[in-house]
Amino acid sequence: MPYQTDFLLRAYRSMKTIREFEERCVKEFEGGNVPGFTHVSNGQEAIAVAACIDLSDKDIIGSTHRGHGHCIAKGCDVGGMMKEIMGRSTGLCKGKGGSMHIADIDKGMLGANAIVGGGPPLVNGAALAAKTLGTKNIALSFNGDGSANQGTVFEAMNLAVVLKLPHVFVYENNGYAEGTAANYGLGCESLTVRNAGFGMPAECVDGTDFFATYEALKIATERARNGEGPTAIEAMCVRFDGHFIGDPQLYRGKDEVKLARKNQDCLKIFRDRVIAEGWLKAADMNAIDKEVMVDIEKAVADALAAPHPDPATDLMSDVYCTY
Amino acid sequence: MTTHSNNRIITGKTSIKTYREAINDALREEMRRDPTVIILGEEVSGGAGGNGQDDAYGGVFGVTKGLQPEFGRGRVIDTPISEAAIIGAAAGAANNGLRPVAELMFFDFIGVSFDQIFNQAAKFRYMFGGKSKTPMVIRGTVGGGWRAGAQHSSMLHSIVTHIAGLKVVMPSNAYDAKGLMVQAIRDDDPVIFLEHKIMYDNACEVPDEQYAIPFGEAAFPRQGTDVTIVAISNMVTRAIEAADILAKEGISCDVIDPRTVSPLDHEAILESVEVTGRLVIVDEGNPRCGLASDISAIVAERGFYSLKAPIRMVTAPHTPVPFAPELEDAYIPSVEKVLAAVRDVLGG
Repeated sequence: MPYQTDFLLRAYRSMKTIREFEERCVKEFEGGNVPGFTHVSNGQEAIAVAACIDLSDKDIIGSTHRGHGHCIAKGCDVGGMMKEIMGRSTGLCKGKGGSMHIADIDKGMLGANAIVGGGPPLVNGAALAAKTLGTKNIALSFNGDGSANQGTVFEAMNLAVVLKLPHVFVYENNGYAEGTAANYGLGCESLTVRNAGFGMPAECVDGTDFFATYEALKIATERARNGEGPTAIEAMCVRFDGHFIGDPQLYRGKDEVKLARKNQDCLKIFRDRVIAEGWLKAADMNAIDKEVMVDIEKAVADALAAPHPDPATDLMSDVYCTY
Repeated sequence: MTTHSNNRIITGKTSIKTYREAINDALREEMRRDPTVIILGEEVSGGAGGNGQDDAYGGVFGVTKGLQPEFGRGRVIDTPISEAAIIGAAAGAANNGLRPVAELMFFDFIGVSFDQIFNQAAKFRYMFGGKSKTPMVIRGTVGGGWRAGAQHSSMLHSIVTHIAGLKVVMPSNAYDAKGLMVQAIRDDDPVIFLEHKIMYDNACEVPDEQYAIPFGEAAFPRQGTDVTIVAISNMVTRAIEAADILAKEGISCDVIDPRTVSPLDHEAILESVEVTGRLVIVDEGNPRCGLASDISAIVAERGFYSLKAPIRMVTAPHTPVPFAPELEDAYIPSVEKVLAAVRDVLGG
């Protein structure tokens, strides 16, 4: 068996947690419990988990506006996340960040980022710190097919090559930048060919296949850890929901989402594979399903009961270390 | 130890140093003291990858000269021309154990990097509920007088002062430049350090040892009772010149140099206006939503009953910085304009 049972169970639990967290976010949003607007990543779980499962808390990731999955995969507490998304004072960022700004420095999560393309230059910094301090830690940025067209990302990729930074650029190509198709917005024929043009190894994988994604990322993270510089991995995937919760998705074809949920569900593909290979038993995964549902239920109940921030004390704090 | 009226505390050995040398001293000594301090930016050393001289520039104004030969290219990092990537790398590194000093060269180039400054570095601590710190310095050269044209001569300090989460430092002399740079590097928040390009050769007595000047404490280069003149950066030089001319006429000016505009020493300004009742603000920036209008508003709100005359702002006009020498000279507030404003508030 090429994978340890424990590894497979962890991978499944993490993906399932993301799925249920996101589906529940939609419900809670629709129920009026989530202020603002929220972007969910259901459908893309395999990439987040494949990218983060081997990383330590000292390895740094930078995420996107669609960042809940990355947070969970990197080990952020789902209770703290749900509280944050609901704007409670005991949330991961005291309710000051919200869905698009969840960060957990202790877990090596440098932050979701509501500016498309905002993250990769910062992740270069984490990689530069690792290189300068000689820690052997690495950094990994999540990007989308949308941020792939931002100048900040071009600059970050070039600088990562020039300074040979331990930075893995992951592109989750879910086919849409908000409501504009990737095959319109990407002027190049292949993002991976473009990525290679920056002077780094670049590969394209099926992001609905956890194992294919994991294997490509393993090589990329090892390169980074060995001081061999950056790599770009484009993972083709499907977004099960809209750009934001409530997006009517008028830009998508008839039955597009329905068919994707049926045929391109990375969780289902994972389950089918591990059962067919005889690596895991359905009963083990069913047991995880139940535990995850309990965890999410508790996260929501705790969040709904959690205190709100107090403007008298919380509005003005945390702007500066000293002022 | 002697304390001068301009808040300069002189101890130990001193040398006459230029503004450029004072900043270089601060960087060098902090890099020697703390291995986590790094410098990155375009041409901070210069000559990377070329066949010619190593350390070819040391910064386009020579401020970082000699640092790369001492500390190596691992700590004095020449970057491609990618301002967003420079600032991003500094901000990300600052959150992961380094104290980067990033150089934007001409501060006008903030435009192409601004998201990394105001949406990222400035907001991290607040967005993340106080769980991160971003000890970074962004250096840039500001101001006119070099005939450098509209895209290499702006002030832009008011734009960064507007942003919560940033500190903004504007030294007007070599003594302050050194002490404020030391504080900027040791500070745990993102600091914008604005060097006026016309002052790089200005020299004064500077202690050889390292010293940090706390942020938010104004200096008082001239003390007086008739009119308060608040000036920053290179305008301090002109305010002092005006004050000295007026002193000969029996007019006593209280010249205040806030040194840092975020945080701003509100109390120093308000206390002075309480005595003088008259305020002139000299700022090389554009007039609208600028530092001068900000200080005017503070005094109008909190010091109104002390005022004996309307506040006067002496600023650049609301135009880009022009190129032609005649136009640029007319653009930058002159000593004559300061004199006229002071006479005006005195009922001239």
